[in-house]
Amino acid sequence: MKKLMRAASAVLAATMALSVTAFAEEGGTFKIGGIGPLTGSTAIYGQAVMNAAQMAADEINAAGGINGYQIEFNPQDDESDAEKAVNAYNTLKDWGMQMLLGTVTSQPCIAVEGEAVNDNMFLLTPSGSAVECISAGDNAFRVCFSDPNQGTASARYIGEHELASKVAVIYDSSDAYSTGIYNNFAAEAANQGFEVVAAEAFTADSKTDFSVQLQKAKDSGAELVFLPIYYTEASLILTQAAGMGYEPQFFGCDGLDGLLAVDGFDTALAEGVMLLTPFAADAEDEATQTFVANYEEQFGDTPNQFAADAYDGMYIIKAAAEQAGITPDMDASAICDAMKVAMTEITVDGLTGSGITWTADGEPNKEPKAVMIENGAYTAM
Amino acid sequence: MSFLNYLISGVSLGSVYAIIALGYTMVYGIAKMLNFAHGDVIMVGAYVVFFATSGAGVPAIPAVLLSMVVCTVLGVVIEKVAYKPLRNASSSLAVLITAIGVSYLLQNLALLICGSNTKSFTSVVGIPALHLAGGQLVITGETLTTIVACFVIVGCLSLFISKTKPGQAMLAVSEDKGAAQLMGINVNGTIALTFAIGSGLAAIAGVLLCSAYPSLMPTTGSMPGIKAFVAAVFGGIGSIPGAMIGGILLGVIEIFGRAYISSQMADAIVFAVLIVVLLVKPTGLFGKVVQEKV
Repeated sequence: MKKLMRAASAVLAATMALSVTAFAEEGGTFKIGGIGPLTGSTAIYGQAVMNAAQMAADEINAAGGINGYQIEFNPQDDESDAEKAVNAYNTLKDWGMQMLLGTVTSQPCIAVEGEAVNDNMFLLTPSGSAVECISAGDNAFRVCFSDPNQGTASARYIGEHELASKVAVIYDSSDAYSTGIYNNFAAEAANQGFEVVAAEAFTADSKTDFSVQLQKAKDSGAELVFLPIYYTEASLILTQAAGMGYEPQFFGCDGLDGLLAVDGFDTALAEGVMLLTPFAADAEDEATQTFVANYEEQFGDTPNQFAADAYDGMYIIKAAAEQAGITPDMDASAICDAMKVAMTEITVDGLTGSGITWTADGEPNKEPKAVMIENGAYTAM
Repeated sequence: MSFLNYLISGVSLGSVYAIIALGYTMVYGIAKMLNFAHGDVIMVGAYVVFFATSGAGVPAIPAVLLSMVVCTVLGVVIEKVAYKPLRNASSSLAVLITAIGVSYLLQNLALLICGSNTKSFTSVVGIPALHLAGGQLVITGETLTTIVACFVIVGCLSLFISKTKPGQAMLAVSEDKGAAQLMGINVNGTIALTFAIGSGLAAIAGVLLCSAYPSLMPTTGSMPGIKAFVAAVFGGIGSIPGAMIGGILLGVIEIFGRAYISSQMADAIVFAVLIVVLLVKPTGLFGKVVQEKV
């Protein structure tokens, strides 16, 4: 059944592409490239991005396009490999790409940005979260939070929702992702109404025994333990905390995504764990509901946060393009110059946040959202 | 109260190191080689129990016994295939390098067969946790089992070596291989027996390690293996009580260092202590000073 639906949607997409091309010969189209892992171990991310981006492009085209011009979206596979991503970028340039929605994963994104900055090509990554993805030039922007900015966002979320007055942090001091989040978290915590009572580190060489870190968190009276780490270590921490009878609120970032899929892990221990993620498919607002229903109908699968980032990404391009008043007859560099000014002027309401604005260095400014694990599934807060 | 909690955590972690260190120290004492694949035999033992209990639904105790059998066979096979042919090689480095090779071979085979996904190990210990002092002091069943197992194993091994014929043979081989052979002791058989016992203990260590810290992946054994090697050197390599005391001390130092000095510096502190001990007493705490006869 799923295969049948895939085939049907492929036929549908092909007809749409044909009709767009037919239209293109009359009035010109915006050529937007997409790069991401459509195959390989992270294909689940790339496929979600490309599906959702195509869906958004189709919606925009059906509603009259951008500034009256249709969009043509061309997704290319990079298998999450930096070299293949640059090849895909060159393929897209030969095709006549004017703007790039991508890439999906961080390492390829850093490589592609290295090329794009020389071409002055507008780049919007839906999900590349490493700082370096967009730091090479002013042509690049992102939809998701950067890795360290998740720390700031988490501190704000905990502060604004008054989740706790005493917070302990357990982080991996041998990992840039974890340390980056922790540093920003600690800096922002000073501005919030809670106190960081314990900050305990571990390293890649001693990441199995967390008894000391948990004992210190317990002794310091922390009501919430912030875990800016990956899900493997988090599953150990949850197990050991339960063993010693310590039951604080646990709060994590996107690294905890995957916790429920650890082989043999007792998911009951994850009940009540909160994590910062821009999107929960069961959120009750109308935009999310419509998006999820349409996505499920077209692709037979529940959209993940990558799909939501990409869907927003296409609409962000639309909003900025309309602000900039660009037309398809401009070349990529002229479009980029107009777009990078427009990006700092627009405010976008999307699935991953409302009232999103951008700074000139490409970082988004948006309200952090969190989900809680309830009955073995993510539930919107 | 936290002090007691830290102490118990330290003794528990140290007991795991001690059981692993026994394998290192016995093999070194008798075959005069460092078996760097020992840590990975632990990992194999843990995987066998994981698949037996979670996959095939085998109860805990038969699963542990099965794991011991698998590891014992594996240890003997490794010795026969990779170490024995090199025993009389001109350089003792050759066998050290094959040991490192076997270590990577086991890790990569595990990666190939079991995948890189971390498995969450379900504890095989059915003893409930002890709550003392109104819940302030919690001793988990895994901690109790690990500590008791460590003492029982050391006791049995000491008896085995001092009271039985094969044990006496081990002592003789460790003293002087050539003379032992002249006295009619089967040196190859004794070394194989040492590997069998060491690897069987590795299976127990693997189960206890993963029951206390339930994350299992192909590299699970490597860091505890290195720490246990340090513990064996610390206690005096070749000495069984030394391995136990060294392991427990190492665990306690590691936990106290993490708790009272710095959670990031724990490993640095452990190794700094090792350097100091070796500078003061180069043979380790219980090491024998061997006098060269001219």
